[in-house]
Amino acid sequence: MIEAELSRIVLRWCPGATGVAGAAKLSGGASQETWRFDILHPDGNIGAILRRAPPGSGPSSMRGPGLEAEATLMQLAHDAGVPSPRVLHVLTPDENLGAGFIMARVEGETIARKILRDEEFAAARPILARQIGRIAAGLHGLPAARLPKLRQVTSTGEIADLAREYRGFGRPRPVVELALRWLSDHDPGLSAEVTLVHGDFRNGNLIIGADGVRAVLDWELAHLGDPMEDLGWICVNSWRFGEIDQPVGGFGSREDMFAGYEESGRKVDPDRVMFWEVMGTLRWGIMCSRMMQRFRTWPDHSMEHAMIGRRASETEIDLLRLLAPRGR
Amino acid sequence: MQDEPTPIELTKAVADFLRNDITPLISGHQAFKLRVAVNILDLVARQLTREEGSDAREVERLRTLLGTEGSVAELNRVLAERIAKGEVDLATPGLSEHLWATTMDKLAVDQPNYASYKRELGREG
Repeated sequence: MIEAELSRIVLRWCPGATGVAGAAKLSGGASQETWRFDILHPDGNIGAILRRAPPGSGPSSMRGPGLEAEATLMQLAHDAGVPSPRVLHVLTPDENLGAGFIMARVEGETIARKILRDEEFAAARPILARQIGRIAAGLHGLPAARLPKLRQVTSTGEIADLAREYRGFGRPRPVVELALRWLSDHDPGLSAEVTLVHGDFRNGNLIIGADGVRAVLDWELAHLGDPMEDLGWICVNSWRFGEIDQPVGGFGSREDMFAGYEESGRKVDPDRVMFWEVMGTLRWGIMCSRMMQRFRTWPDHSMEHAMIGRRASETEIDLLRLLAPRGR
Repeated sequence: MQDEPTPIELTKAVADFLRNDITPLISGHQAFKLRVAVNILDLVARQLTREEGSDAREVERLRTLLGTEGSVAELNRVLAERIAKGEVDLATPGLSEHLWATTMDKLAVDQPNYASYKRELGREG
């Protein structure tokens, strides 16, 4: 059992710990698992999270930086004062727990609809957009020399990747073609500055409490590229969860986010942000179609995958609202 | 000609049974999956109700726009190619209206509660 395995290693990196308890799997796929557990300690128990690829599970994602790089990024963010869980331990091969890391558990909410509607977060909501801008600036300012090895994404390369994947599906979608044309026609090219990009910076990947953002999660898509990509992605309508007039995650305005971002001295390029919002909207649509392919080809024949396939059309209406708005 | 009840009526009957009789008996992850299953049946019923009419209107628009004949799938392929080549764009009379009408018909089946769709529907009303 995982508790026995964790108890066996906990003393190596947590002096005074007497064991672990309360282990529960929060999510798990074929290649990656997340567990919560408590480290038992005479000075008070410590809430912890394990993220790992179990032994023998092989490489998880071709695009992701890997769990060790994620741990490094989280620790760098934490050290720079960006809300991020403290990394307690990076697993080593002799521990036989697979690849991954253990971090301090941050209490709060990640379910976007609750954050947008529950009374508990009412005081936090008006400050979130500005705070998110500040956090993005903090992430983009992490010291380049200390970053782990990451792939570099360019706007031109990303358009080509999405076009290739869409064409691979073999089903014509005129709105997707329109968006691909628009992206090629408006491709801003290489950004003046290439920074760390979180890659999945959105409502749903933030732990939020009554006091605001407590942690940024899910570094699986981190890469180097145009920092404006993160600001565009968080504005994609699908992450507004119904609050469509609040572009930043359903919380607030672009202006507030931009103001928070520029407090640090970094500059926003609104045209690039708009470009990446269109790209992000298209990307989520392609990801929905990818789920449809999984539904057809994977043995589990998942109803959830099937229904996500039918969410591709939500990105088409959002692309039309961006590129061919009516009656304004 | 097949007998009645129609596929729409049959699908709705199963959806109502699952929703009203089975949902109260199930909890946890299976309850989540049951909700997905009911959503699927509701979607199928909407598509069976609307598809024939929306496809016919789509074909009519595509014929006018492209000046050629074909099935709804063939005409969509031609339109996609012309947009990709830049032969047709948003300055082309009728393209924007066609894409909007087609997309609204898709959302009416896929996600009639999607906020962007409801906003745009209000614009048409």
